[in-house]
Amino acid sequence: MIFLRLFWEFFKTGLFAVGGGLATIPFLQEISARTNWFSLNELADMIAIAESTPGPIGVNTATYAGFLSSGLLGGIVATLGLICPALIIASVIANFMQKFRDNRIVKNVFYGLRPASMALISAAGLGVAKLALVDMEAFSSGCYIGMFDYRALALAAVVLVITNIKKLKLHPIAVIAFSAVVGIVFKLAG
Amino acid sequence: MKLLLELFWSFAKIGAFTFGGGYAMLPMFQKELVDAHGWTTSEELMDYYAISQCTPGVIAVNAATFVGYKQKGVIGGIVATLGVVFPSIVIICIIAAFIRNFADMAVVKNAFAGIRVCVCVLIFNAVAKLWKNAIKDWVSIVIYLAVLALALFTDISKIFIVIGVAVISVIVCSVRKEAVK
Repeated sequence: MIFLRLFWEFFKTGLFAVGGGLATIPFLQEISARTNWFSLNELADMIAIAESTPGPIGVNTATYAGFLSSGLLGGIVATLGLICPALIIASVIANFMQKFRDNRIVKNVFYGLRPASMALISAAGLGVAKLALVDMEAFSSGCYIGMFDYRALALAAVVLVITNIKKLKLHPIAVIAFSAVVGIVFKLAG
Repeated sequence: MKLLLELFWSFAKIGAFTFGGGYAMLPMFQKELVDAHGWTTSEELMDYYAISQCTPGVIAVNAATFVGYKQKGVIGGIVATLGVVFPSIVIICIIAAFIRNFADMAVVKNAFAGIRVCVCVLIFNAVAKLWKNAIKDWVSIVIYLAVLALALFTDISKIFIVIGVAVISVIVCSVRKEAVK
């Protein structure tokens, strides 16, 4: 029964991949080696597509892998398998947190975890900034003046200004759509 | 029922317009969940992110489950999670079925070059906005800088970073003998 196996394989992936979508990749490589559901080349395509479509990367790759192995239903089953462990574990923790919200030790733990979580988010943001704003080829060949993509920097400046004008109250969706259009019109990738 | 539909719709919007995974969702979470609906607070969002680092699964699913659970128990958690994955299932199945070489298309690459620029500015804005909720004294500044350096310059697993900070935090707080707000 292919759907049961799909569910089980992706359930295991969801259970053991800790720390976000990209952590699922080693598990998918292993699934590719053990089954004939998708090849390693297809996996590379899947990751590229997962990163260039909206939504969580882990969910996108699971849907794609499931779809390749057995169509629409496969995509749905693999995705449900992937999210099941997180759903169960997060529900248990949420219940725990509601009960122990005012416990002193829990408060003390989160006192330190908030700045830590800010730092992890900042690091992720800097990682995206490196990809988006810096031309790594120019950087590694020692050409420090040419390493910034000035059109990307200009777009970043515009986005920074329009998102900080309080009166505009722009929804992030509007700003993302605007940036996609700018990227297409000015051929930012090339 | 109305609340469940609202949860599903809000999380579907978040899933449909987040590019680049869980961290990039923070600005959308803030707009939809904190500003628009008041379902959670900025502090709780940061707690969810920290917990998600050391629990299995996709960060977005964890956060959706936490927020949904808080509003409407287990069923709320399930509905919010299904909402956040629904757009992915639709979009990916369409691409897998009909479009070859999607990630290589010039229009997709250009759009994404633009979106990436936007996403790092949005993350910067979100961090700036959350700053005063998380950084309250010199201890939290030290923790922030230390974790930032570890995350940028070492390969230490984020699980160990988070667990280590939790332990240090409890020790520091008990030495200072004052409950933190």
